[in-house]
Amino acid sequence: MDPVVITTTVVEIIKIFIIATALMLGFAAMTLIERKTVARFTLRYGPNRAGKYGLLQPVADMFKMFFKEEVIPGHVDRLVYLMAPGLSLVPAIVAFAVVPLASQPFAIPFTEQIFGQPVMVTPWVADVNVGLLYVLAIGSLGTYGVILGGWSSNNKYSLLGGLRTSAQMLSYELPMGIALLSIVLMAGSLRMNEIVSQQGSLWGLGWFIFVQPIAFLIFFISGLAEAGRSPFDLPETENELIGGFATEYGGMKFGLFFGAEYIHTVVLACITATLFLGGWNGPLAEQVPILGFFYFLAKVAVIIFIILWIRASITRVRFDKMMNFCWKFLLPLGLVNLAVTALVIAIISF
Amino acid sequence: MINEVKEVVTGSVELARAMGVTLKYFFRTPVTNQFPDEPVAVYPRFRGRHVLKRYENGLERCIGCSLCAAACPTDCIYVGAAENTDEERYSPGERYAEIYEINMLRCIFCGYCAEACPTEAIVLEHDFALAEYDRWDAVYTKERLLEPHDPPHIAIRDDEVFVAKAGWGQK
Repeated sequence: MDPVVITTTVVEIIKIFIIATALMLGFAAMTLIERKTVARFTLRYGPNRAGKYGLLQPVADMFKMFFKEEVIPGHVDRLVYLMAPGLSLVPAIVAFAVVPLASQPFAIPFTEQIFGQPVMVTPWVADVNVGLLYVLAIGSLGTYGVILGGWSSNNKYSLLGGLRTSAQMLSYELPMGIALLSIVLMAGSLRMNEIVSQQGSLWGLGWFIFVQPIAFLIFFISGLAEAGRSPFDLPETENELIGGFATEYGGMKFGLFFGAEYIHTVVLACITATLFLGGWNGPLAEQVPILGFFYFLAKVAVIIFIILWIRASITRVRFDKMMNFCWKFLLPLGLVNLAVTALVIAIISF
Repeated sequence: MINEVKEVVTGSVELARAMGVTLKYFFRTPVTNQFPDEPVAVYPRFRGRHVLKRYENGLERCIGCSLCAAACPTDCIYVGAAENTDEERYSPGERYAEIYEINMLRCIFCGYCAEACPTEAIVLEHDFALAEYDRWDAVYTKERLLEPHDPPHIAIRDDEVFVAKAGWGQK
């Protein structure tokens, strides 16, 4: 076999491994960041006993999760019950594949050649030409984990929670897709790289958040609902549904559901940064790809902070109100926004 | 239609106000008391764990009269008196408390023992961290009750208004 193909494959696999691990670490970091930030908003310190500033808290939580007894209730549908947490976690991670982390491929530092061949690493896992479609498709796949988890638990509360969650996720797919359609109209492409480089002009004013503020709002709100974040954290309304779809889950199986939710949030922040905040765009990002990566991280951090800020500020919405808001407000607003965008683009290009 | 627009506008304003309030508190220092690391400040007249006082020369104030045990509504105090001798002198008077035990699981911290004491030997001071690993350790013996007892996790609150207006709690 061609050594170039082999080295490229190996490098790609290592890269995918690194990114997946980084996302899992991101989940661990998110649990701490969320607890710390929300604690500050409510005049508390948050976890500060495990390690300096509580930095080892995620490790402690992880060990707790791992060493808990794996209880499988007798009345569950075993196979589906065990599959559901994985089905919910994997799509959350996989959705990250199309997010471009920097502007262009770069060589691995200190190694110009491997086996006599130059190896360039692309700062994205896949440059799919229907990247946006991929994000939407994988995003809805996560619903399976939730509804199967709720159904296989063989418990009224779990089933109700699962149904409710899937209804919420599927409803909010629509306004999200419509908000993204206006982005597609602006960028003229579904490829994530293309969308990011379209936003590079005008010193940041070309970011789609400034060009399409309504689309941004709709996307962000729907994203919160789809990731099950506050104020749309209906999946885990503990005061109505015990634990929602995860009622019968414990130990690491619950940990996976939990992780799926957090990774979903991180990926949502990454996709928002990519689509609306210019991704890796910033001063000198074209020439020095590593700078673009840091710009990207900074933007993601800002969005995550806003998500936590919303969690600390706004109370949970009632289920029917949430559905009303989606179907009677976000969807029409998105359609109007789409029509206006199409009209303006048609006039300009005419 | 006008109503809907109005609702959207007022709703957005309210949401922005809510976010503003939380952001304001985000930049304040937390009010949490980091208990074992930072002392907890209690009021000067706070009634906590008992302490058996001594005179300045080191002799015990308690004369073993059992008035505290008689006054105790939960019967949690036991006093066993013994005679002072010139070789072994514990308190200025004739008798002293050879055994002095308080069952902290029964004590209700009413302070009647301190009220009843003729020599002001027993006083309810400010320690409140009274957890034990063994139930029997909750029966405090005389050695543990005697002065000095000055744990690092307690501070006395300097409440000027409280002290000045009511004339309470001279330090």
